[in-house]
Amino acid sequence: MKKCRRCSKPATLHITELRQGEATEIHLCETCAKDYLSQAEEMSTPESELQFDQLDESDEPEVSGIDDRVCPNCGITFREFRTQGRLGCPHDYVEFETDLIPLIENIHGETQHCGKLPRRAPDSSRRQHQLIRLRSELKLAVEEEDYEAAARLRDEIQEVENQLQGHDKPEE
Amino acid sequence: MTFVLAASMRQGDQVNGQQINGQQKRNGRKTVDLDSLTQSNSEWLRGTGPESDVVVSTRIRLARNLAQFPFNTRADDSARGQIAEQVRDCLGDLPVPKVLNYVDVPSLDEISRQFLVERQLISRELAEADGPRGVAFSSAEDVSIMVNEEDHLRLQVLRSGLALDECWEEIDRMDDALEEELTFAFHERYGYLTACPTNVGTGIRVSVMLHLPALVQTREIQKVFHSLQKINLAVRGLYGEGSQAAGDFYQISNQYTLGLSETQVIDKVRSVIPRLLDYERRARTAMLEEKKEQLHDHIARASGILRSAQTISSEETMHLLSSVRLGVNLGLIDDVDISTLNELFIMTQPAHLQKLKKTELDSADRNKARAALLRNRLASDSQD
Repeated sequence: MKKCRRCSKPATLHITELRQGEATEIHLCETCAKDYLSQAEEMSTPESELQFDQLDESDEPEVSGIDDRVCPNCGITFREFRTQGRLGCPHDYVEFETDLIPLIENIHGETQHCGKLPRRAPDSSRRQHQLIRLRSELKLAVEEEDYEAAARLRDEIQEVENQLQGHDKPEE
Repeated sequence: MTFVLAASMRQGDQVNGQQINGQQKRNGRKTVDLDSLTQSNSEWLRGTGPESDVVVSTRIRLARNLAQFPFNTRADDSARGQIAEQVRDCLGDLPVPKVLNYVDVPSLDEISRQFLVERQLISRELAEADGPRGVAFSSAEDVSIMVNEEDHLRLQVLRSGLALDECWEEIDRMDDALEEELTFAFHERYGYLTACPTNVGTGIRVSVMLHLPALVQTREIQKVFHSLQKINLAVRGLYGEGSQAAGDFYQISNQYTLGLSETQVIDKVRSVIPRLLDYERRARTAMLEEKKEQLHDHIARASGILRSAQTISSEETMHLLSSVRLGVNLGLIDDVDISTLNELFIMTQPAHLQKLKKTELDSADRNKARAALLRNRLASDSQD
């Protein structure tokens, strides 16, 4: 794994910078990348990069109790995750949930899956997901003023809601 | 195409899936003859398909993990071995219309690993990792499944030209088929769980590889990328993360994998393509109108060097091939076809040259071998 250009932690974000048609790859750890991206808009000169390098000195991650928590399933600590940028097992998403949510939101801008579902997922959870997906599509259709699609989606949502009420109560 | 192992199966390939699966069960443990791949051209290099003057290929990958195992960061060799075994075992039963042949990566020498990286069948990460790992791929090299990369499974479908829907349909079916045999780690809220939270949710990466020589030459490319980054699309070079944009090839791909459905992600990538095509084509036309003679001279010289050089570096080759490819698309050169040029981009890479020569070559010898290959292929192509 590549190391962060700013500090020695493993790089988890890989940025392609383009200057005068030249592409440069920049590898950063999560902490440094966050700073880098927030400054990227203003930062188009080498001078600001220098400034950035100096900032980095005082940018050690805060050590807190959270970092020492261990996943009972795979034995990884949150600190290890922060260092290597990779989780240890699927259960980590539950074990470290409170700390992962802000991170996930930061990366994706959302925290709710609305894509494909495993075929084996129980019926009601499949429908719950279907609803989430349909609602997000509806939002998009309204934004794009595609009222024909919006009307169709509204009907589909109604249908799924009815199905859910018929079988088991929705969670909300 | 001369793909030795699959040759006997190709008839069945088109007839019916069952037959193939029967064949595959018997052949599943055979070793794939990598050397024979040097005689064939990958699907994504065919140089055909919609918008192929600019769009080289379309690729979709899905990241999946087996629910009952830790992610690979915490999986020891025994766990990784079991994962590889499980995946390998189910390949023969997979109700998909293509035969997938498994290659055990640790048993390959360094050149062979690099060779698979150059063909985009595996990532550099998989080539360089430790422990049990492998890749299963179809004879046309349009479908591959990497085992024990960053995630347990990385499914990939490639197509020549712009073919987002075809790629999605095929990978979706393959994912469904795998799911019949394997249980993937999934969470109601976070979707498919991945080792790195940057892939969680759909685990999808949709990439379109573009050849943008005119935008590079007119230096407009910067603006284009700036606007892509603003809408959270990533731009990478030919070989993905960390690679240089050699030969003016750029991959445009999504960054978000959570909060959008797979088709929404695909549509997002799709939505920028017409504008990119338009920019590139307009830049090409403008170059042609404003300085045709100069451009023609430049391209003809590039072609001349490629046809006559006695020693040539990989970098120079990529650069010149890119010019010639532009020349063919602009109608300035007609004695070579795009698929030959696409093929040469790959065949002139270091591991491919060494595979062809069947021996290790140092840099100086590779440069000579590369020049010889170019002279040979470009001469024979013009006689066709």
